[in-house]
Amino acid sequence: MKKLLEKHPRSKDSLLDILHELQDAEPTHHLSDGALRAAAEYVGIPLAEVVSAATFYTMYSRTPRGKHVIRMCESPPCHLAGAESLLKAVADHLGIELGGTTSDGSMTLETSSCLGLCAEAPAMMIDDRTYGSLTKEKAFSAIDEVRRSDAKK
Amino acid sequence: MPRSSDAVGRETRIVLENCGRIDPESLDQAVAAGAYEAIAKVLKDVTPPAEVTAEVKRSGLRGRGGAGFPTGLKWSFTAQGDTKYIVCNADEGEPGTFKDRLILEGDPHRVLEGMMLAGYAVGASKGYVYIRGEYALSIHRMGQAIADARHAGYLGERVLGSDFAFDVELKKGAGAYVCGDETALLESIEGKRGYPRIKPPYPGSFGLHGKPTVVNNVETLANVPPIVLRGAEWFRKHGTEKSPGTKVFTVFGSVRRPGAVETEMGVPLRMLVEDFGGGVPGRKRFKGALIGGAAGAFVGVDALDVAMDFDALKEHSAVLGSGAVLVLDASVSVVDVLREVLHFFRHETCGQCAPCRLGTARLSEIIGRIADGQGTRGDIDLLRAVASMMKDTSLCPLGQSPIVPIASALNCFEDDFTARIGQVAPARRH
Repeated sequence: MKKLLEKHPRSKDSLLDILHELQDAEPTHHLSDGALRAAAEYVGIPLAEVVSAATFYTMYSRTPRGKHVIRMCESPPCHLAGAESLLKAVADHLGIELGGTTSDGSMTLETSSCLGLCAEAPAMMIDDRTYGSLTKEKAFSAIDEVRRSDAKK
Repeated sequence: MPRSSDAVGRETRIVLENCGRIDPESLDQAVAAGAYEAIAKVLKDVTPPAEVTAEVKRSGLRGRGGAGFPTGLKWSFTAQGDTKYIVCNADEGEPGTFKDRLILEGDPHRVLEGMMLAGYAVGASKGYVYIRGEYALSIHRMGQAIADARHAGYLGERVLGSDFAFDVELKKGAGAYVCGDETALLESIEGKRGYPRIKPPYPGSFGLHGKPTVVNNVETLANVPPIVLRGAEWFRKHGTEKSPGTKVFTVFGSVRRPGAVETEMGVPLRMLVEDFGGGVPGRKRFKGALIGGAAGAFVGVDALDVAMDFDALKEHSAVLGSGAVLVLDASVSVVDVLREVLHFFRHETCGQCAPCRLGTARLSEIIGRIADGQGTRGDIDLLRAVASMMKDTSLCPLGQSPIVPIASALNCFEDDFTARIGQVAPARRH
């Protein structure tokens, strides 16, 4: 953790970058109490200010997540293209509810207000990768592909 | 970009001129396509900074983030001071809008050069690009572009060997629509919650860390290098008298060819829908459009021949906003679209001020009732009343915006609401 922190200037301006990095470094993709304390100490600000920022932004999670985070777009354009039933289908496929994590800890299902992929609605992201013009089958196969490539490792 | 070849011929490309033509991760290719020519010319000629601002003023360039404020004027309002900042607002979160993503992914050096010119004009030596966290590819490419530009001497203590110093830092957002508001974005760069500030003071006098700051949208900055290089007169040959230049429109929803198109300001809506979008598919009929994203306005068939620019749309009680055009066909009820729009606001309110925090929740509940066939006539009046109150009392544009889609939906598509009300006995529920 120390090494990660030291890449950044000791300034509150670095806080969002630091939180991103601490979260990405965690296998459970979340910000633990320890991570927030370390960030506060490193930057030199009260813990409350770190918690304030960490709980404001939707990309940060205070609870453990899966190895991969799926973000289904729920913007009005995606909604018109069937995002609601797609979300339900993906949740069923994974056997979890929105916000939940699969029992093997591989996938967490979230939504995003708009991913900016409106010409390819409905759309989703798995980690940093985008997937557009989704059908249920396309979404399932993208998810299964990520799982398969994990199994190979 | 998913564009058909027949439509490309009628595009006018300024900000997207290199997108798809150069490898966006190659500085050499960007330079071969003209990157950094404008800043090099200004530095070589030792053009007075005020002259750069004056040229941008003369060009009539207006902010492409949605508000349409004259860019040169904004620059000229930058207060005196030793430390000033240029901030590129790349927190593109307006639903339906992905124009900035295309520019960032396709030609990041153009954006950097726009920031450098802005820095030169107002006397700033530090810039920030704040890109929303979900735009992973944009972040990657901009990060690469900054590193390459630094390495080649385009950014740094002595830009191209001159006395002009300018460097850019990349900031990654973390998921908050409200950070698209310039003051919320500044708070976010400072490592805080993205709570919008009370204005005035404006960033021009009290911006990042209280220093004079220019905040410009990606597309706005991408227009600056060609304006400086080719002149205001050239720029004014495009677009309309009061909205010169081009606009990157995103056209999607019920069209055959959804995608982005850069074309002259003032193009009729019909051309975007029919020529570029390929028209409504199947045997469905064009019903209307939501222009400008969630904070935008609904228009009906009568708006097809309205010019798409800042002023003509205003006369039609609509807004250009970010240039997003969500096309609706006759099978869609505007009630359902409005429900999603108001759900969006409920999710994205930052919670700082009460009118917006409470109002967005109420709006979402009311439209939910109406959409589910449980609403009353009174609910329609209530929608308008709550949104009007929010417009008058909310701290930032987020809370002030819902009245725009609500009032326009009710004005243009009242029948959709009446039909839904008519489904159940109109018993008063409050």
